[in-house]
Amino acid sequence: MAVRGDLPGWVDVGLIPLLNLVVALIVAGLVVLIIGENPLEAMWIMLKGAVGSIKGWGYLLYYATNFTFTGLAVAVAFHAGLFNIGGEGQAYIAGVGAAAAGLGLEFLPWPIVIPLAILASVAFGAFWGWVPGVLQAKRGSHIVITTIMFNFIAASLVGYCINYWFRPVGKMAVESREITGAYIMSFREVARDFFGVRLPSTPLNFTVFLAVIVAIAVWYLLWRTKLGYEIRAFGANPDAAVYAGIKPDRIIMITMAISGGLAGLMAVNEILGVQHRLVLEFAGGAGFVGIAVALMGRSHPVGVVLAAMLFGLLYQGGSELSFAKPEINRDMIVVIQGLVILFMGALEYAFRPWLEALFFRAED
Amino acid sequence: MDWTVLIAEVLSSTIRMSVPLILACLAGLWSERSGIVDIGLEGKMLAAAFAAASASAFYGSAWIGLFFAIAVSLCFALIHGYASINQRGNQVVSGVAINMLAAGLAVVLGNEWFREGGRTPALPPEGRFMSIDIPGISALYDMPVLGIFAKIVSGHSIITYITVILVPLTAWALARTRFGLRLRAVGENPHAVDTAGISVALLRYKAVIIAGILCGLAGAFISTSLSASFVRDMTAGRGFMALAALIFANWRAWPALYACLLFGFLQASGNYMQGTAIGGVTIPVQFINMLPYVLTVVLLAGFIGKSIPPKASGIPYTKDR
Repeated sequence: MAVRGDLPGWVDVGLIPLLNLVVALIVAGLVVLIIGENPLEAMWIMLKGAVGSIKGWGYLLYYATNFTFTGLAVAVAFHAGLFNIGGEGQAYIAGVGAAAAGLGLEFLPWPIVIPLAILASVAFGAFWGWVPGVLQAKRGSHIVITTIMFNFIAASLVGYCINYWFRPVGKMAVESREITGAYIMSFREVARDFFGVRLPSTPLNFTVFLAVIVAIAVWYLLWRTKLGYEIRAFGANPDAAVYAGIKPDRIIMITMAISGGLAGLMAVNEILGVQHRLVLEFAGGAGFVGIAVALMGRSHPVGVVLAAMLFGLLYQGGSELSFAKPEINRDMIVVIQGLVILFMGALEYAFRPWLEALFFRAED
Repeated sequence: MDWTVLIAEVLSSTIRMSVPLILACLAGLWSERSGIVDIGLEGKMLAAAFAAASASAFYGSAWIGLFFAIAVSLCFALIHGYASINQRGNQVVSGVAINMLAAGLAVVLGNEWFREGGRTPALPPEGRFMSIDIPGISALYDMPVLGIFAKIVSGHSIITYITVILVPLTAWALARTRFGLRLRAVGENPHAVDTAGISVALLRYKAVIIAGILCGLAGAFISTSLSASFVRDMTAGRGFMALAALIFANWRAWPALYACLLFGFLQASGNYMQGTAIGGVTIPVQFINMLPYVLTVVLLAGFIGKSIPPKASGIPYTKDR
């Protein structure tokens, strides 16, 4: 994102996101007050529930894994000036790829089938991002609308696939049979089976390492390769990029494919690592959390990982909170998420004049 | 089942399914014609549906429910207006935020007020907009063709009949009134409107407010007429379908009505066709469900006709020079 005004870098990268987060939390606190609960107590329960135990951390990192993938997906598209709202649908379609590879190739040994299933997830997700990219590049249809439509098409399509292809005959539940070949083990299972150590039950699995590797890869792609430079140049100024010999169509299509592929990795965590079967609605809104994460993380991989962990904290803390205080529903996190997107994305300039005044007065 | 009864039922259901789509689509039409992209139709409708069901449950009156629905929807509309007009923020992002805020707040507050996990209690008939029979029309029910027609047009709620009036009203206002012409101008070329000494911000605020009121009506219809309570995510993507219809209609009121009726028909027939076969082939309901979105994508890609959005839509207006 371009640096506007003359505020020091750390204000843009650190202070403004922090300020926006604080405002979002204050507004959320007001909602808690309306409900008749103590916001500070609620915050304490959330913090304790998320980072006060190994179990809490396990869940936090599991959520953060999903959000890192979807956040990176949105962030990469942002760099090219594209707004990919379709992370949800891309992840969902990727689940079909993961399940198809995992179930279809289960005769192969796991060191082969797991990478293939991961590749299938990426490929399916990338395809579902690439098509809106093509439609934008070649036919001029707006990416925001197309990706929204693709979310709904994906939801119906996956419902159809599970119902007619994956569901074993005679099974009532709308889900595939268990994916045994491409089974990514959770840390708890590894500790129990190989080391005889008992860990609390959490869905955290080896995909979390993949998230870190992918975040580094995205950083490398964006800031150390020619393609990444072209993506950023195109996003910063499409007209200038054309004069520099960058082909807009190519950048739009490639960026959307990369973005879709990143969102698709979410299916690896969720389908291969946690559910071990293709289920309905497994994406569960993580695609939309990605928007909040990318905005919060200023579209930088480091920021995205930190923001993903923050949202992991909110999600895990939120469920603990709803156990401890049934009056505060779990959907409180969705409210916070909405507030973060509102303040970080739509009202991002709201504090700027005020901060600028503050800074330049201090300098004079 | 007798096929005439089936046709009457499907078409009557088509009208019921279309009403929220039409209202939301008109909301989007007003907003986008003034240059404000509104992804938040869904959220505004959801918030309104929740407000209507809650207020109606508290006060036992559908009209009070409607009042609160419009008020709440207006609040969200004004947030969107403030973000996109005053703050010149990204309108798509603001819409996404509004959708999330509405979805979350409805469940959190509903859970606290009614303790049913985000549901609102089932409303008694006086808390709902019930169907109204057009006086004297039941005499037509037994007539051959007219009977089917009578069954289709009669027995809808007051909001449905209001919606029927709103379509020509919108078309007329946008095409024939000074306000409508200025509003459309602001969506095409805000600089020109500004040069003429008319406030761009004020016009856009008016459009956003109209959109808020229409979404309020749509939400109230969903929770107090179509069903008898609020359940989470009950708008079920109607706001986005309305957006699709808007594109389909090329941002015009009458075509918007037809597009919404078409999508409403797809929804209604999807409900009736569950598991039935046509000519020995069962069409999976999922394909009927995705058809509106597929059609919209195909249309957007310019394969069937061309749809051109208002020129300045989505671009914040800056008074420069």
